Amino acid sequence: MRKALILAVTLLVLGGGALFYAVRAARVAPAQEAAFDLAKPGQIVVRDHASGLVRGSRTRCERFATASGTGVCLVTEVAKTYAVVVDRTMKEIRRLHIAGIPSRARVSPSGRMISWTVFVTGDSYNKGGFSTWTGILDNRTGYAITNMEEIPLTKDGRRYFSADVNYWGVTFARDDNRFYATVSTRGRTYLVEGDYGRWQARVLRENAECPSLSPDGRRLVFKKLMPGGAWRLHGLDLATMEETPLAERAAIDDQAAWLDDRTVMYAKGPDVWAVPADGTGSPRLLVANASSPSAVR
Amino acid sequence: MYIAGFRYRGLTMAVPANVLALGMVSLVTDVSSEMVTAVLPYYAVLVLGLSPLAYGLLDGLYFGVTAVVRLAAGHAADRWQRRKLVAGLGYALSAVCKLGLMAAGGSVGLLGAVVAADRTGKGLRTAPRDALISLSAAPETQGQAFGVHRAMDTVGAFLGPLAAFAVLGATGAYDVVFVVSFAIAVFGVVLLVLYVREQPSAVTPVPRVRPRVGLALLREPRFRRICLLAAALGLVTVSDPFVYLLLQKGTGIAPEHFPLLPLGTAAVYLLLAVPVGRLADRWGRIPVFMLGHLALVGVYALLGGGAPYWLVLAMFGLFYAATDGVLMAAAGPLLPAHLRTSGLALLQTGQAVARMLSSIMYGAAWTFFGPVPGLVVMGAGIVACLGFWKVVR
Repeated sequence: MRKALILAVTLLVLGGGALFYAVRAARVAPAQEAAFDLAKPGQIVVRDHASGLVRGSRTRCERFATASGTGVCLVTEVAKTYAVVVDRTMKEIRRLHIAGIPSRARVSPSGRMISWTVFVTGDSYNKGGFSTWTGILDNRTGYAITNMEEIPLTKDGRRYFSADVNYWGVTFARDDNRFYATVSTRGRTYLVEGDYGRWQARVLRENAECPSLSPDGRRLVFKKLMPGGAWRLHGLDLATMEETPLAERAAIDDQAAWLDDRTVMYAKGPDVWAVPADGTGSPRLLVANASSPSAVR
Repeated sequence: MYIAGFRYRGLTMAVPANVLALGMVSLVTDVSSEMVTAVLPYYAVLVLGLSPLAYGLLDGLYFGVTAVVRLAAGHAADRWQRRKLVAGLGYALSAVCKLGLMAAGGSVGLLGAVVAADRTGKGLRTAPRDALISLSAAPETQGQAFGVHRAMDTVGAFLGPLAAFAVLGATGAYDVVFVVSFAIAVFGVVLLVLYVREQPSAVTPVPRVRPRVGLALLREPRFRRICLLAAALGLVTVSDPFVYLLLQKGTGIAPEHFPLLPLGTAAVYLLLAVPVGRLADRWGRIPVFMLGHLALVGVYALLGGGAPYWLVLAMFGLFYAATDGVLMAAAGPLLPAHLRTSGLALLQTGQAVARMLSSIMYGAAWTFFGPVPGLVVMGAGIVACLGFWKVVR
C-alpha cells in the first residue's frame, strides 16, 4: 500500500514535470514577413538556428540552399524526410521523399541542378555503422537520382569497385554538368570530379571532404582531416592543384559556401563565420545564430 | 515468492515476482534509452551540425570503457553482496546522462563523454541484473525466467522510438525528448528501489570475495567451457549493422524502411523469447544455444543467396531468442550464488570483446574481399565451433 502510494506520487511528479517542460518548450511560429524574395541580390539567406525557419520566411528547413531564385529545403517531419524545391517566394514547386537525416544541400549557380546528402543510421547508437545517400535532381527535366553510389568511378586510371562507397557534399559548376564531391571508401575519403552527362567520376586527391566551388569556378574550398582528428578548411587552386590552409584555425565540420570570389562562409558553433579563401586575413563573425548560408548574387 | 501467472492450454507460467519486477524495470528503462537512441543521430546532425563521419567517430568511443566497468561492477556486487545497489547505480547513472545530453550543448567532446557515461551505466547494471534474475528463479526454470525478462525488455525497445517521435512531433524540440526520457528513466529507478528484492546468498556467512576469486571461476570445467564456447562463437558472429546493411543492399529495400529492419528482428525475438526459453529448460540450454547459432548460419546463407527479407529477419530473431537469455540461463546455475555476478560479468565481457573483434575483422574482410567471402568464413567458423564442442564434451 505504501509502495503503491510512493509510486503514484512519483508518477505524478515526473509526469507533471515532463509535461510542464514540454508545454513551455513547444515551438512558437514567428509572424510572417510580407515581402520575402529569395532572389534579391546582395542578401545572405540563412536558416535561423533557434527556430529552424529560413530567416524572413515561414518555411522550416533542416538544411537550405539557394541560387538564381531556386531554393532547396531539406525538411524532416517526424522521421520522414523531404527535399522540397521552392521558387523565389518560397512557394513549393516540387517535393521528393528522401530517406534519412539531412546533412548537405546545394543548388547549382544557374538554379537547375539540385543536390543533397542524407545520413542513414539503421541501428542503435551503441552499435555503430552509418551510410550516406546523395541525390541529384535536374530541376528542368525533373529527373532525380536518389543515391549516386552506382556512378562508375575511376581511381589511379582504373575502374574502382567496392561495395562500401559513400558519396556526400556535391557542388556543381556553372555548366550544370561538371561537379565535385567526396567519396569515402575503405576507411579513406577522396575528392572526386564528376561528369553528370556522361555519368562518370574520377578521384582527384585524398583527404578532401565537402568541396565547394567558387563562383568563378577556379578554386575549391574543402575540409581536410588533420592528424589530431579535427577538420580544417583548405583552399585548392584547380589550375595549379596547389593547396592552402585557410586562416580559420578552429575545427570546422560544414560544407563551406562562397560569399564572393574571394571569401567563404561556414557554420562555426551556432553562428555563420567568414574567412578569405586564399589563406590570408582572419575569420570574422558574419551572421549570428544562423546556419546554411547562401549569398544571392 | 512465486506468483502464479496464467494458464494456457494446460501450461502453467509461474514466474518469480522478482523476475517480473526486474522485467518491468528493464521495460521502462528501455523505453527511456531507445527514445534517445532514436533521436540522437538527428540531434547530432541537425542541431549540432555534425557530419556523418564525425557522428561515426562519436559512436565508436565507448566500447573499451564498458568491458572494464562490467568486470569491476561484477566484482563489487559480489564482494558486498549488493547486486541491487550496483544495478541501481547503473540505472541511475544512465538516467542522469539523459540530462547530460542537454547540458553538453554544442560540444562534441562533452557529447561523446555523456554517451560513454551512459554506456558505463549499462555496463554497471547488466551483470548484477542478470545475477538477480538467475538467483530469483529455480535452477530448472532459468530459461523461462530469462525469456520473460528479455521479452519485457524488448517491449520497451519497441515503445521507445514511438514515444520519441510522438514527443518530437508534438513539440518539435529535442530537449523535450531528453527531459521525458530522463523522467521515464527515473521512474525505472524508483520501480527498482521499491519492487526488486536483493536475493540473499544461500551460504552464510558469505566467504570473502577477492578479485582473484572471480577469475578462479574459470577453473570450474563446465563454466570454463561455456565461456570458451561463447567467446569462440562471438568471434564468428557478424554484428547487427552489417547484417542490416547486407540485407538492404541485397534486397533493395527502400532506404526509408531501413530503420525498421531491427524492429522485425525484435518482433520475432519478443514472440519467441519465452517459448524458446521454456524449450531450453526442457531440452537443455546448451543444445538450444547451439541450434540458435545454426539459425545464424542460416541467416548468412540467406543473406548470400538473396532470400526475402522477412525470412532473414525471422531467422535472426530466432538466433537472438535462442542465444541471448539462454546463455545466461545455462551459465547461472553452474556458478556459486555468492559469485554469480562476477561469473556472468566474465562471460558477458568475453563475448562482447569477441564480438568487437569480429566486427573489426568482418569490416576488413568486406572491404578487401567483398561481403560474401567474409560470410562464408564466419559461417564455416560457427559450424567448426559446434563440431569441436561435440567432440570435446
